[in-house]
Amino acid sequence: MKKYAFFLGCIAPLRYPGIERSTREVFKKLGVELVSLKDAACCPAPGVIKSFSKTTWLAAAARNLALAEKAGLDIVTICNGCYGSLFDAAHELHENAKMLDDVNKILAEIGMRYSGRTKVLHFAEVLYKDVGVEKIKKAIKKPLSYDVAAFYGCHFLKPSKLKQLDDSEDPSILDDLIEATGAKSVLRRKKARTMCCGAGGGLRSQFGETALKFTKANLEIMRSAGASMIVDVCPFCHLQFDSGQKDSGFAFPVLHLSQLYGLAFGMDAKDLGLGAHITPVKL
Amino acid sequence: LAAGGGSSAEQCFHCGTCSLKCPSAKMMTPLRPAYLIRASKLGLKDEALDAEALWQCTTCYTCVEWCPCDVQVVDIITALRNMLVADGEIYEKHRNVAKSLIKNGHTVENNDKIKALRKDLGLPENPETVMDNPAAKKDFDKVLGRTKFPRLVEQ
Repeated sequence: MKKYAFFLGCIAPLRYPGIERSTREVFKKLGVELVSLKDAACCPAPGVIKSFSKTTWLAAAARNLALAEKAGLDIVTICNGCYGSLFDAAHELHENAKMLDDVNKILAEIGMRYSGRTKVLHFAEVLYKDVGVEKIKKAIKKPLSYDVAAFYGCHFLKPSKLKQLDDSEDPSILDDLIEATGAKSVLRRKKARTMCCGAGGGLRSQFGETALKFTKANLEIMRSAGASMIVDVCPFCHLQFDSGQKDSGFAFPVLHLSQLYGLAFGMDAKDLGLGAHITPVKL
Repeated sequence: LAAGGGSSAEQCFHCGTCSLKCPSAKMMTPLRPAYLIRASKLGLKDEALDAEALWQCTTCYTCVEWCPCDVQVVDIITALRNMLVADGEIYEKHRNVAKSLIKNGHTVENNDKIKALRKDLGLPENPETVMDNPAAKKDFDKVLGRTKFPRLVEQ
């Protein structure tokens, strides 16, 4: 059985714990063991924290990477932000011996050391590559028939030169993962492409109105394509779409891919935390 | 700029593709990445360190995907933001996010509603992170302190 360190991040456990719960259940059902990465902290957030101090960001990220290394496990994230941040930090530390050396001087003060072995993976990547669409199809108990707008977000695939998961301008990984449940991915190979949800980079926290302009532009594209729900792979995009539809005339239920899989694997909507969403999830 | 991770600005031949593709520019914010890179290379400090423009970037990497010269535009914007913050130019809501990291080890706090929801879902009230282990939080604090983060945020 494949085994990974489960990195929780901030928004999932502290705003949408249903995402944490459904991820744990779904991976168990698919035969992948997730071990909680105990004592981890924020990735830290690339938008505000890395923008304040790259030095702090790298040292705090290295502490998370070192915890996983000590456990002998690679990291799985359920958030594009955590994935982007930890992947970037690992890349910098694995490429630059001087940076790694500097970071280790800081980690030494708390009795830790990072030697540069931790791999950072996105949960959708693990589902697609390790588990595979065929095995997922076999695990479906309750085939779904929703018209889904797949929302990739940014840091899952980009920068694609480093991530090497899919074509960032015309991807299909998430569409394939959604359609494995029987649902239809209505934006697949469509000319009108979604863009950033607007939440990242510190925009949501300081310039919320501007962030909503991004969100609305995406919602229009989803409506034109005939979507009845949004499926994301990032709790921050999730928060932006779930909270950003208030008084907008839109009311798409917003599900994290783990929650969609939870439904398809026969889990109760209550155990997926769907009742706690801001935009009501009427299925 | 180079010391902060923005050395790839040298490769820029000023085609303007980054500004053309930028979703933030499309939303008519003041951000035009090409302008910031040009200003940086010309040493126009005030123009390059334009807080309002710099903080309209969502770090979506669309510019990086399209750049024909492999300029790491997001890294340049991050480096410029680091300079702004070092100069004490910090937006209040960003400061609050940073303060939450110092206090909680996470950028958002836990609260009674979330604790109840977590319990309902069969999860521990606090996630099994620094939030649930004071000794680990102390280690995390040391890492932040060693990189002078609290001082930077409180200035």
